[in-house]
Order: sequence, then C-alpha cells, then structure tokens
Amino acid sequence: MKGGEKGTFTKQVFSRPGSLVDVRTHFCPGCHHGIAHRILAEAIDHFNLREKTIGVACVGCSVFLYDYIDVDIAEAPHGRAPAVATGVKRAQPDRFVFTYQGDGDLAAIGTSEIIHAANRGENITVLFINNTTYGMTGGQMAPTTMLGQKTATTPYGREFRNDGYPIRMAELLATLEGTAYCARVATSTPGQIRKAKEAVRKAFEMQIREMGFSLVEFLSTCPTNWGMKPLDAQKRVLGEMSEYFPLGVYKERRQADFA
Amino acid sequence: MRRVLPRRLHPRVAMRSPTAGIPRELMKGNEAICVGAIAAGCRFYYGYPITPQNDIPEYMSAHLPPIGGTFLQAESEIATINFLLGTSASGKRVMTSSSGPGISLMQEGISYMAGSELPAVIVNISRSGPGLGGIAPSQGDYFQAVKCGGHGGYRIPVLAPHSVQEMYSLTMLAFDLADKYRNPALILGDAIIGQMKEPFVPTPYVRGVPPEKPWALTGCAGRPRQNVKSLYLKDNEIEVHNWKLHRKYRRMQEEEVRCEPYRMEGAGIVVVAFGTAARVSKTAIQWARGEGLPVGMLRPITLFPFPSKEVDEAAGTADVVLVIEMNTGQMLEDVRISTRHHDKIRFLGKPCAIPTPEEIHQEIRRLAGEIGVKAGNAR
Repeated sequence: MKGGEKGTFTKQVFSRPGSLVDVRTHFCPGCHHGIAHRILAEAIDHFNLREKTIGVACVGCSVFLYDYIDVDIAEAPHGRAPAVATGVKRAQPDRFVFTYQGDGDLAAIGTSEIIHAANRGENITVLFINNTTYGMTGGQMAPTTMLGQKTATTPYGREFRNDGYPIRMAELLATLEGTAYCARVATSTPGQIRKAKEAVRKAFEMQIREMGFSLVEFLSTCPTNWGMKPLDAQKRVLGEMSEYFPLGVYKERRQADFA
Repeated sequence: MRRVLPRRLHPRVAMRSPTAGIPRELMKGNEAICVGAIAAGCRFYYGYPITPQNDIPEYMSAHLPPIGGTFLQAESEIATINFLLGTSASGKRVMTSSSGPGISLMQEGISYMAGSELPAVIVNISRSGPGLGGIAPSQGDYFQAVKCGGHGGYRIPVLAPHSVQEMYSLTMLAFDLADKYRNPALILGDAIIGQMKEPFVPTPYVRGVPPEKPWALTGCAGRPRQNVKSLYLKDNEIEVHNWKLHRKYRRMQEEEVRCEPYRMEGAGIVVVAFGTAARVSKTAIQWARGEGLPVGMLRPITLFPFPSKEVDEAAGTADVVLVIEMNTGQMLEDVRISTRHHDKIRFLGKPCAIPTPEEIHQEIRRLAGEIGVKAGNAR
C-alpha cells in the first residue's frame, strides 16, 4: 500500500488467487513450480471450482501441493496419480479432478498409468511439469533429459546409445483417441505465461464439458539441479528445450465424440 | 447328507432350507464373495484378469452396472490398487480381487493405503508360487498376507474362509473391519474355496460400523481443505504416525480375533489349520473321532490378528499340536510364536497341493500312536 492512502485505488487489478494458500513455498529461487501453481489456482478460481475440486499430488517436488493449493488433495504413489484420479473421478463424477505431476513421475515410472488414463478418455485434467530432471532426489536423469545434458546419473552427459532419447509426452498422448486436449506451454516470458493460462483454462473446460482426458505440459526450470543461475535457466527453456519440445496445441477436440 | 440340486436352475439355485428360513443359494465361492460385497454396499470394483479368480470380475462386470455401480478393468494390478486408493479416498466402499502375482504388484498401493489410513477390501484367491508358479490351490501366500508384503511395516486384517458360506459372510465382515479401522482388509482364499460350489445362506447384511466418513475428499465445501497422505517429513511426525498405527493394530489384536474350535472336547491331538486345509481336516477328524481318537481342531478365521491365546491354551492341554498347511510351513511360525510348547508341535505340509483326508487321517493315527492312544479305544 506504499505510495498512497488505503482506499484511494479505484480498481484492484492484481491479487493472490483465492485458491493459492498464502504461505512461503519450499521451491528454489528461479523454479517455475510457483508460476504453475498460480496458474492452476487462477483456473480453479476462474471456474469457481474450489469447493468442488479434488487434486492428486505426485511424488517429487510437487508433493506438497496440499500445502499450497486450497482444495482437497490426495497423495499418490510415485507415477500413480492418473490411476488415483481415475478412482476419485469414477466415485465422484460431478467433482473436478486434476493431477499435478513431474516428468519422472509421469513419463518414467507412471508411463503406463498416464497412457491408459488418456486412452480411456478419463475425464480428468493433468498438469505435467517437464524440467528435464528429478528435482527432489537431487538432479538425476529423467526420461525428458536432453541429449548431452549432464545430470547426477549422466555425469558424462545423456548419450542415446546408453540412455535413449528424451521422450515427447505431449506428442505421444495426442495420438490417443481418448485425449481431448493436449498442449505444451512454457512460463519463461509474460507472453508464454498468458498462453499457458489459456491452455490450462482450455484443459479445465474439456473436463467441465465431459470431453475426456486433458493435459498441459509445462516446460519448466530447475536452476539448482541444472547448476544454472535462474536467468540462464530461462534462456535454456527458450533455447534448446523449446527446440526439442516445441510449444503448441497438439490436440483439441472440438466436439464430444460421445452423446 | 447330500441333497440333489435341480441342475436346470444352475448357476443360482434358490431352494428352501427347512432350518434357516432364508432361501439358500448355490454358487461358487468366488461368486459368493461378490454377493457379500454387494450386500455390504460395495458399488465399486476394479480388477485385472488372473486365474483362478476371474469369476469375481466377471460377476461384478455383469451385476454392478445395473444397480448403479462401477466396474472398471484396469491396465494392471498396479493401476487397480490405485483406483481403489482414489475411490476409497472419496469415501466409498471399494473392492478388488486377484491372485498371488497380482497381489504382489498391489503391495506398494496396500502400503500407501495403510499409511494413508484408507479402507478397502482386497481378495486373494491364491495360486501356487513363487513366480508364475501354477494355478493349483496353495496357501503359499500366508507370509505375504499376514506379515504384509509392502514396505514400511503395517498390518492388515486377514480373513481365511473355509466354506462358500464364509466367502459370503467374511466379505461383509471385511468391509466393516476396513471401515472400522480405516485400513485395507484382505480375504485369503485359494483356488479350491474359490471354484468350489456349495449352498450357502445369504443372511442379510447388518452394518457393524457407522457410514459417515468425515475424512473423505469430497471437495472442501463448507469446511477447510483436507488431504489423504502418507508422507510425514516434519520433525518426528512419522514416528508419531507409526505409533498411532501401531495402537490401531494392537486394538485389532484385542478385539478382532476369530477362530472356530471344532470337536475340541478332550482333544489330545489338536489340528491347527485354516481355509481349505481346515476344510479337508474336518473330514479326517470326523473319521478319527469315529474310531474314538481324541482329535479336534482350532481353526483360525482371522490370520491377522492371529488367535495366539487360543492356540496357546489348546497347546497347553493337548498332547500334540498338528499344524496342517498347503505350503512348507508358514502359519507354523505363528503357532510357534504363540506357545512355549514347541515340543508338542508337528507339521503336515503339502505345497501347492491339497492334502487328502486319508493323508491327514493317517497322520492323526500315527500321532495317536505316538501319544499312546489306539484307534477303537474311545476316551
């Protein structure tokens, strides 16, 4: 309120989303989880879903979702969030159900669960955070780790003959009939953040209109485990990561394919 | 005394029982589990095919949707148990069934559900192992069920039916125990008890626990947000949580022990057996009693909590305790832990096969000789 008397403002244009708990997060400086959390909370508020939502947290840095998002949240075993969300949604089809998963969780140990949830057209929304590493366990190789990227378990850089290639989940899931909406976004510039918000709202809409499975992949940073300053981490997202993982909407169902 | 059942009404033959007053049903054990689950209000079933329990998902897929329930076939047992986790967290009664290899895949989820204090009923119609083993009946999953195969140290109630009647009634009990303790509960059957068809009385379900689940995740309308979790990182939170769980398991041991004493009057030889092994033993015990041999059986119905006090008392008064299992000796260890009379304990095991009444009868006669009782000399 510095610079003016309280009450002199004519219009409030910015505030903390109601669904975002007012606490200090445990995330490292320069990490994009905070941005994704805010986008998620804004979408929940936008559709007035706070009291109708059940979230499913995965294992990794985002496990503390229940401390930051002011909705009911279940904690899933590593990789199993889409299966837990399936169990919640089948029991409570009138509730809004989302998962929030990292790349190790979704694209390695949980590959089976995410593919089959998408293929069933499970009416849930997935926020997928791709930062090309296992953040919480100390920066080991993830399925999305870039070729040549040095991690705690690829000290000489990821090499395709030994470790295979970084997996493009948004493209892969877009091939499945059950997927209603699938997009990849980034949050490294204000413009990208605006697009990310639009994508998340689209994904929410798919579930609200019972169109089927929706997913938004976020290209995110992990300055701590990348060994980079936050601004350099932003540059990496805008550079080599966006080249290998192109941003865009990979699938958008226009009309429900069932009555 | 066998009654001839009209085959044309197969597979669900309703007939009047002069004693019970409730029409009896003729069904497989696996199907009786389904009838019991539906009677207990279970409207959610998830599963993955595996022999010898496929009658259960097949029955549920046919009978749940018409009554507004949900059947969903999962892509794996790993997904299955996590479907259960989500539906249980929503406050609904939910069940799955599988056999050894599938139950192995569920162990992670069972540990998470125990840690998150989520109720559910899990049925193991066990088969032979280890590995792919075979589809012959076995009691080789005793350790996995009773000692719990998942990580971290937890306990779950384990019920061991020995008849189709009990497949029905213990399933209803399992739902009540699961809700009462906010804990997964397991039914340990085997291929024989699952595939065997016999009449049972579908007694009405009487709810043993209140239906309210204020902890369920239903959206935080009109209340603060809440969560279902098993991660406790702060200070000594996880130690406190473990003691809390431990107190719950102790309470199960104090309140939930169930066992059936069978022909225990004056029994110098006490058979301890569960499930199919107990069922076969009953025939052998009848034969031996007909010869005047003093033999009875203590049949644990709950494998956890184990009837330790009852086993100890029986071992104290008996000359010899004969543990019979369809494995190489697993419950045997719990019998040993239960009593100091180790010198009295004998074992008859048959891994992955059913002991015949003749084999058990022969062993009873041999033991009778050991303790100096001859057949024909009625006590």
